[in-house]
Amino acid sequence: MEFSPDLRTQHLLHLADNALILGQRLSEWCGHGPVLEQDIAIINTALDQIGQARMLYQHAGKGMNPALDEDQLAFFRTENQFLNFTMLELPNGDWAQTLVRQFFFDTYNYLQYERLTESSDPALRAIAGKALKEIGYHAQFSAEWVIRMGDGTEESHKRAQDAVDRLWPYTGEFFESDGFSAEAAVRRAAPLPSDLQPHWEEKVDAVLVEAGLKKPVLQWFQTGGRKGQHTEHMGYILAELQFLPRLHPEAQW
Amino acid sequence: MNSIKNQEPTSETIRLEARFQNYVDGENKVEPKDWMPGAYRKTLIRQISQHAHSEVVGMLPEANWIGRAPSLRRKVALLAKVQDEAGHGLYLYSAAETLGVDRRELLEELLAGKAKYSSIFNYPTPSWADMGAIGWLVDGAAIANQVMLCRTSYGPYARAMVKICKEESFHQRQGYEIMLYLSKGTPAQKAMAQDALNRWWWPSLMMFGPNDAESPNSAQSMRWKIKRKSNDELRQEFIDKTVPQAEFLGLSIPDPELRWNEARGHYDFGPINWEEFKQVVAGNGPCNRERLEARRKADEEGRWVREAANAYAQKQAQRRAQTSEVA
Ligand SMILES: [Fe+2]
Ligand SMILES: [Fe+2]
Repeated sequence: MEFSPDLRTQHLLHLADNALILGQRLSEWCGHGPVLEQDIAIINTALDQIGQARMLYQHAGKGMNPALDEDQLAFFRTENQFLNFTMLELPNGDWAQTLVRQFFFDTYNYLQYERLTESSDPALRAIAGKALKEIGYHAQFSAEWVIRMGDGTEESHKRAQDAVDRLWPYTGEFFESDGFSAEAAVRRAAPLPSDLQPHWEEKVDAVLVEAGLKKPVLQWFQTGGRKGQHTEHMGYILAELQFLPRLHPEAQW
Repeated sequence: MNSIKNQEPTSETIRLEARFQNYVDGENKVEPKDWMPGAYRKTLIRQISQHAHSEVVGMLPEANWIGRAPSLRRKVALLAKVQDEAGHGLYLYSAAETLGVDRRELLEELLAGKAKYSSIFNYPTPSWADMGAIGWLVDGAAIANQVMLCRTSYGPYARAMVKICKEESFHQRQGYEIMLYLSKGTPAQKAMAQDALNRWWWPSLMMFGPNDAESPNSAQSMRWKIKRKSNDELRQEFIDKTVPQAEFLGLSIPDPELRWNEARGHYDFGPINWEEFKQVVAGNGPCNRERLEARRKADEEGRWVREAANAYAQKQAQRRAQTSEVA
């Protein structure tokens, strides 16, 4: 697909791609959760994420020339055109990796969406208003699980610490503030990501302390998602996500 | 007189059973605390737990397509549908628990391969059209059975069914809508829909269970008003309702003997392959192994998670106890 979106569209796609790729990953738990209640809970989060992705794609696509619909944006863009955080495309791993990733991202996302409810873009503001409530539930759910695992058994503690160590390097991407993020901040459409960092660290520190988990000491972070550079896992996600509509490009479903 | 330990046919038991039958005949609902014959309780535990297992195992063939759903709208709808099935599992396990068993115990039986679940879920879902066919036919067949069960004599089961039925009819419409899009779509989509109907038609008819003559427990279940229609009656209703729906889609039902019988006022249909049914029930269906393995894997990999949640809950309870002592 010929595709060169402006910075405003890139920003919306970044938000939408985060939601879709995370929702796609989480939905892999469906039917395979550790207990029925948690299966249902994690599917709720997946449903909310994909629901948010749809609203954001619709908004982004309407402003494009020519206009594109949500499915064209989700199913017919290539890997380099996806602008999601690389953390969200990592395999689910065990329950600890899934929930620690969720905790890091939900905490960031809540702070971000809180500010998006004041966006200068009215449609984005409306989407954020609806999404914020959902993200609030997600953030509470994932923080509770981090504490439960950190302060549960020896095994759960070890798994949770391992997940924290493994995922921490991907959190640096949240706060990169150049390109479309800088432009969105100038327009007052979105907060500057780096402004969110102190609040994020405060919240994350508090939960990690309560969970008895150690925060990694690290100065080097992964990068790339906002620029469309992805991990080895992304291609497989898109292969699964996109294959059917691409096989029948003229079909209606 | 809540329960009886064993089934000595004492005059007291005979009196209670007669009273129970009378009570059920009067269209009264049996509640957990009421006296009930041991065999009634046992039948219900078996039926409700099989039903619960079916909801949960039934998540797997459809979960197979969530990642590959061809539009975001379909993805959300399918994910929500499979989540509903998990919820149905929960309601039903809770209904079974009112009869004095616990969910873990029932689950262990499933994982050990001792408990049954609906055989339909041992068939594979190789195509997107299977999401349509399952919603339309499998949820459709389930509804026929479940609408009847909304009036079953055991109160908690009947009430669980009322909630479930509302969602199931939504699932069925959703499945039919998928079929409608496919059958009015490109030639490849239409072929996909026909292929799915070919594969799901006969297994769906088998969902109603053996012919009445081969189903000895049915009569007792009918007397207790657990069931209110026989397997064959329900099957016939389903066929009569579904044939026109297939016609509307422009798809053909894979039964050369299917035709309207004016005298009976029903469709006649060809013989069901009961040998296949028996084999799939016995564990030899195309996916029996995979389905059970998937459930076992989820259960085993979830063990440390459940243990962590328990350990944390205990620690919290202890902490609360300590602080209240101090205070
Ligand atoms: Fe169901
Ligand atoms: Fe259903």
